[in-house]
Amino acid sequence: MAPFLFNLFACFTIAAAVGVVLNKNAINCAMCLLLCLAGAAGLFIRLDAFLLAFLLLLVYAGAVIALFLFIIMLLDARGRPGPTQRGLHTVAGTAAAAILLAAVVGFVSQSGPDRAVPGPPLAVGASLKLYAQPLFTVYLLPVQVIGFLLLISMLGAIALSRRPPPGS
Amino acid sequence: MIPASLNAFLALSALLFAIGFLGVLLRRNTLVIYMCLELMLVAAMLALVAFSRFNGTVDGDVFVFFILTVAAAEVAVGLAIIVALFRQRPTLQVDRHDALKN
Repeated sequence: MAPFLFNLFACFTIAAAVGVVLNKNAINCAMCLLLCLAGAAGLFIRLDAFLLAFLLLLVYAGAVIALFLFIIMLLDARGRPGPTQRGLHTVAGTAAAAILLAAVVGFVSQSGPDRAVPGPPLAVGASLKLYAQPLFTVYLLPVQVIGFLLLISMLGAIALSRRPPPGS
Repeated sequence: MIPASLNAFLALSALLFAIGFLGVLLRRNTLVIYMCLELMLVAAMLALVAFSRFNGTVDGDVFVFFILTVAAAEVAVGLAIIVALFRQRPTLQVDRHDALKN
């Protein structure tokens, strides 16, 4: 039962990811990315990371995909295809991705014995407390830094999207 | 629920990362390149969560929190940059943005 769920979510995620790469239409790509994120959230649940699965759906599938769709609709850049000399690019890109995949999988398969049985899963109710404890003790400074990063990125997005005054 | 095995998750994460990398190399549409970038981030998150679960620590999950936050900030700024670029030259094809090309 357990490997079946893993295989199901893995195939779903991979198929959706391939759809992101191969779809011609940008909106279809965004929808495939949404499906891929849903599959990844399912895999997170398989790993007992319930809170992270929920956050992934909330932040990525909720906010980021909506932002992508807004930008696609705002720019509406259909048609006008780019230059079509793609043969060499396709071969080189596929070869580079295959080399990357072979390197990582080779490294993983050489890295000692596989681990099949993890420790006992965390109790579901205790999960939030387990996340909060390191966030407010060990990782307090990164949390502050990331708060400032969010503030600065918000200001940056506003500054970038402001139209320049017509005189300049 | 007992996860399948650590290597299965790592191989899946590597495959997802390679697909995202392929998309970044192959696609010409700036927005689709950006989506493939997000795909690579999700692959990294999957590896971190798997390591965290199989090692019985919570540190990897905390890193995934940070990745989520940074990715949200990155998407906001990146899409603003894409909109600004579109105002300069009304196309989404990356090879039309060749102002720095010699």
